Amino acid sequence: MTEKILTTHDLHLYYGNKEALKGINLDFNRLGITALIGPSGCGKSTYLRTLNRMNDLIPDVTITGEVKFQGRDLYAPQADTVEIRKEIGMVFQQPNPFPFSIYENVVYGLRIAGVRDKSVLDEAVEKSLRQAAVWDEVRDHLHESALALSGGQQQRVCIARVLAVSPDIILLDEPTSALDPVSTSQIEATLLNLRHDYTIIIVTHNLQQASRISDRTAFFMDGELVEVGNTKEMFLNPEKKKTEDYLSGRFG
Amino acid sequence: MDNEKLKRELFRPSKAAKQERRGKFISFSALALIVVAVSAIILFVTMKGLAAFTQNHVNVIDFFTGRDWNPSVKGANGQPEAGALPMITGSFLVTIFSALLATPFAIGTAIFMIEISPKRGAKILQPVTELLVGIPSVVYGFIGLMVVVPTVRTLFGGSGFGILSGTLVLFVMILPTVTSMTADALRSVPRYYREASLALGATQWQTIWRVILRAATPGILTAIVFGMARSFGEALAVQMVIGNAALMPTSLVSPSSTLTSVLTTGMGNTVMGSLQNNVLWSLALVLLLMSLLFNLIIRLIGKKGAMK
Repeated sequence: MTEKILTTHDLHLYYGNKEALKGINLDFNRLGITALIGPSGCGKSTYLRTLNRMNDLIPDVTITGEVKFQGRDLYAPQADTVEIRKEIGMVFQQPNPFPFSIYENVVYGLRIAGVRDKSVLDEAVEKSLRQAAVWDEVRDHLHESALALSGGQQQRVCIARVLAVSPDIILLDEPTSALDPVSTSQIEATLLNLRHDYTIIIVTHNLQQASRISDRTAFFMDGELVEVGNTKEMFLNPEKKKTEDYLSGRFG
Repeated sequence: MDNEKLKRELFRPSKAAKQERRGKFISFSALALIVVAVSAIILFVTMKGLAAFTQNHVNVIDFFTGRDWNPSVKGANGQPEAGALPMITGSFLVTIFSALLATPFAIGTAIFMIEISPKRGAKILQPVTELLVGIPSVVYGFIGLMVVVPTVRTLFGGSGFGILSGTLVLFVMILPTVTSMTADALRSVPRYYREASLALGATQWQTIWRVILRAATPGILTAIVFGMARSFGEALAVQMVIGNAALMPTSLVSPSSTLTSVLTTGMGNTVMGSLQNNVLWSLALVLLLMSLLFNLIIRLIGKKGAMK
C-alpha cells in the first residue's frame, strides 16, 4: 500500500449559507496524477483550493472537517498558510506570470524565501524551466518580460515558477482551458514527466485529458464526491450510474 | 417614372441616419469649442508672455538667472530688474519638498485602504479622502496662516513664513489627491497577481512589496507627478503662508515667493501693457509651460506602463 500524502475527511465548505462541499472524504497517494472531474459548479475547483488554503482569500467562507498533509492538520489554528503554500503549490486557470522578466518570475518563490546566491538562483531557473519543458524556447530571452510569451509558454513558466520552490504537491486548476490544443498537449507532456517526482492534482473539464494523463480520477457532482478510482477502470467500468452518465456525455 | 420615385425613396437618408448626423454635429461642436478655447489661452499667454522680451527688451537670460525682482526699477545695467530666479526656485522647492513628504504617506495610506483593511478603507478612508480633495484652498491657506506659520515660527525661528510653511500646507493639500490616485493604481493590479504570489508561499507584505507595488509603479508615479503639478500650480494657499518676498530663499524659514504667489499679489497693481504687467505674463507663461511639461510626463509614464 502506497503512502497517503494528503487526506481529507468529512470536508464541508460553505459560501455564506450555501453548502458548496458536502462532506468530502478523499485521500491522495504520494506521486502520480489525480484528476478531479465533474460538471461546472460541482465544487471540484473549490475543493482544490481548500487543499492549500486559497479559499482563505474569499470572504464569508466557512470550512469544517479535516485536511491533513503528511499527518499535519492544515486547518489547525497554529497552521502557517505561508509554509503550507510553499509545500503545496498551485497553477491557475489563466496563465498569470508577474509583469517581470522570465528569470524573475521563476526565482520569485526562492527570493521571498530569502535565497540570494546567484548561482543557486541560476541553477534553479534552468532546472525548473527544463522540468516544465519550456527551457529551449526561452533560454535566450530569460531577461525579457514574461508577458511577451504566448499563453502556453506563459503557463509553462508558471509551472516552472511553482517547481522552483520544490513543493511536494502541485495543484492545477484547469491549467489548459485557456490554451490552444498544441499548448495543451505540451502541458500534458510536461505533467506526464513530472508525475514521477511530484504529487499532482489537476482539475479539468476535459474528460479526454483526464483519461490521457491521470492515474486516478475523482468524480464530483453537486458538492459531493461520487466516485474515485483508477482512471482506466473508472472510464471503462464506472461503478455508479451518475458517473457512467457523465462519462458518456448524457449530462454536464 | 416609378423607378425614379423608388430611387428617391431609397437614397433619402433615414430618420436614424439624420439623428446620427445631428448627434455627431453636436458633440463635434462641443469638442471644437474646447479646442479653440484652449488654443486661444495658450496663444494669448504666449504672446503676452513674450511681449516683455520683444517689446520691453528684457534679456531672456537675465530673466531666468537674475536674482532681483523689482520690474519698476532699472538696474545698474540700465535694464529693468526682472530676475525671476527666486520665484522659479521657490516654486520648484515647495513642489519637490511637498511631493517628497506626501509620497510615503500616500503610499502607506493607500496600502492600508486597499490591501490591509479594504472594508474600513472603503467605508471610512475613501469618503474622508474625497472630502479632503473638495476643501477649498483658501481654507487650507487660512489654517496654514493661523496654525502652521506660528508653529514653524516657534519651532524653527524666523517669521514662520517661508518655504517650510508652504511645503507643509501643500503637503496636506496634495496628500488626498496622491493617496486616492495611488489607491486606484493599487486597485487596478489584477487579483491573480496576488493569488499567484500568495500561492507561492509569499506573506502579505512580500506580496505587497514585491508584486503589487512593482506592478502599480507607473500608476503611483503618475499620482506623484499629478500631485506635483497641483503643488506647482497652487496659488492662494501658498501665497498666504510663504511670505511673498521676491528674494532668493536663504533657508527654509526665510520669506520667499513662488511664481503663483507673485502673480496673485502683483496682478492687481499693474497696468495692462506696461512692463510690470508684461513680466507677470512671462511668469504665467513659465507656469503654463511647466504644467504642460507635467502633463507630458504623466502621459509618458502612462504609455510606458501600458507597454510592458
